[in-house]
Amino acid sequence: MSEQGNGEWTNPDARERLAIVRRTKTVAVLGASSKPQRASNFVATYLLASTNYDVYFVNPNETEILGRPAYPTTAALPVVPDLVDVFRRPADLPEVLADAIDVGATTFWLQFGLFVPEIARKAEAAGLTVVMDRCLKIEHARFHGGLHLAGFNTGVISSRKQQR
Amino acid sequence: MADRQWGFATRAVHAGATPDAETGARAVPIYQTTSFVFDDTTDASALFALQKFGSIYSRIGNPTVAALEERLASLDGGLGAVATASGLSAQFLTFASLAGTGEQIVAAAGLYGGSVTQLDVTMRRFGVDTTFVPGADPEKVAAAINDRTKVVFAELIANPSGEIADIAALADVAHSARIPLAIDATLATPYLCRPIEHGADIVIHSATKFLGGHGTTLGGVAIEGGRFDWGNGRFPTMTEPVPSYGGLTWWGNFQEFGWLTKVRAEQLRDIGPSLSPLAAFLLLQGVETLPQRMAVHVANARAVAEWLAADSRVSFVRWAGLPDHPHHELAARYTPEGPGAVFAFGVRGGRAAGERFIGAVQLASHLANVGDARTLVIHPGSTTHRQLSEEQLAEAGVPADLVRISVGLEDVDDILWDLDQALAAATKDET
Repeated sequence: MSEQGNGEWTNPDARERLAIVRRTKTVAVLGASSKPQRASNFVATYLLASTNYDVYFVNPNETEILGRPAYPTTAALPVVPDLVDVFRRPADLPEVLADAIDVGATTFWLQFGLFVPEIARKAEAAGLTVVMDRCLKIEHARFHGGLHLAGFNTGVISSRKQQR
Repeated sequence: MADRQWGFATRAVHAGATPDAETGARAVPIYQTTSFVFDDTTDASALFALQKFGSIYSRIGNPTVAALEERLASLDGGLGAVATASGLSAQFLTFASLAGTGEQIVAAAGLYGGSVTQLDVTMRRFGVDTTFVPGADPEKVAAAINDRTKVVFAELIANPSGEIADIAALADVAHSARIPLAIDATLATPYLCRPIEHGADIVIHSATKFLGGHGTTLGGVAIEGGRFDWGNGRFPTMTEPVPSYGGLTWWGNFQEFGWLTKVRAEQLRDIGPSLSPLAAFLLLQGVETLPQRMAVHVANARAVAEWLAADSRVSFVRWAGLPDHPHHELAARYTPEGPGAVFAFGVRGGRAAGERFIGAVQLASHLANVGDARTLVIHPGSTTHRQLSEEQLAEAGVPADLVRISVGLEDVDDILWDLDQALAAATKDET
């Protein structure tokens, strides 16, 4: 799978992903695990420790993850997540997407290894922004703070002092 | 952060420069310091391992320089930028990051002389072979590419031919060989053309010229679009472990940020032509008025080119904004507002007439630069190319009567008055 997608569907480019990472306030991690060796746990640890995101976990088989409650469904969350970060099997994606659309999430983000153009097109048709086969932790870490100092185009135009 | 797509003039004054987080300073502060303290040893080791971006040492990055880098990346629609001490050093870092001994570059013939010698003498001595293709003709470029080729390089607006590179066609040729297209867009600036929008991967500028715009400060920049697949197998230095950074790989760890990160963290580190903070500040002042200045530069250039073309004392005018230039259509496509403000024309009467013309100007300055606020002229036949015979000059594409002009921001009537009286003095004996 190439960086630019596989010809059937193309990810938002780096600047567009930066804009997503910056405008997101609330993240729901779907398929989050309490097991430290799982990628979802690794990402969740980072999101809690190194971002200002309001992070929620969804997994019907868990009760608590990293000291936070695990919710059985996206609909059960006490908030509407801006971004759903999906760690689920490809077969589960139609249901996961339907839930994301129902609650009113705005970004449908599929982690490394999940690339299903048909699902992306459905999500986009419902008005969601889609990123596939990308790691939210890596994208955030790449953009976090020092990106401007490394000469990259952050897209930030403002007459206000910037907060991290 | 607002989601608005900000306009070009807004980005020219704002991009890369929010008010200073500590002091609230509205102008970009000049961070005149070599080095930056670490928070603690963990912070230092993370910075040195490139696990996070931040300031370490001004050879590799500096906040004032970063403001210029982000601003130029924004104006060109790029992913990011690395600023350097001069345009030629931006080019050198680009070539050095892409090609090594036994590898090849395909470049347009008729590049700026300093670029030709950089490739043909210095890079060749390092074992990098450059094939020069007349006119950057896309078919001939395609024929010159082989399996050792690492980049195609051309100038958007060539000088003194006034030829315009067909960026989209060159990008197709380069991409079908899975190599990037690098474009020197110095004479256009992002105000007149943004090569990334036409398919180029890397844009190089001598910021010394119109970007700075006032003839005060040397600087250069390499900008990348961020869409090239450096993991395609042709660039092992992008995909093999880098021992000096703990075995990371530029492509694997940084993906589309990898090439610019390599240029900064490896090429600036090892070669060292960094831009000074004061120079970055001075260049930023110029960039803030780039759209307003370029609009006047190119309008004045059009008036001057048309006036010269209609004058019987002038043997030729090579500005692709004129309908009789062979690249008039390419200019209309890539630089619809006009192909810049630097071009060549001939003073009827050969080498002596050109020399007399230069001796007679009173407003235009006789010097070896372009892209100043002031109108500049030079006559290669009596200066840089004096040692060549008339035949050799013709072979080099520099007729003996050729004068290069960089049209400035003066009142156009005053520029025309000066050219008129200098042409009169130059051709007095002819009539």
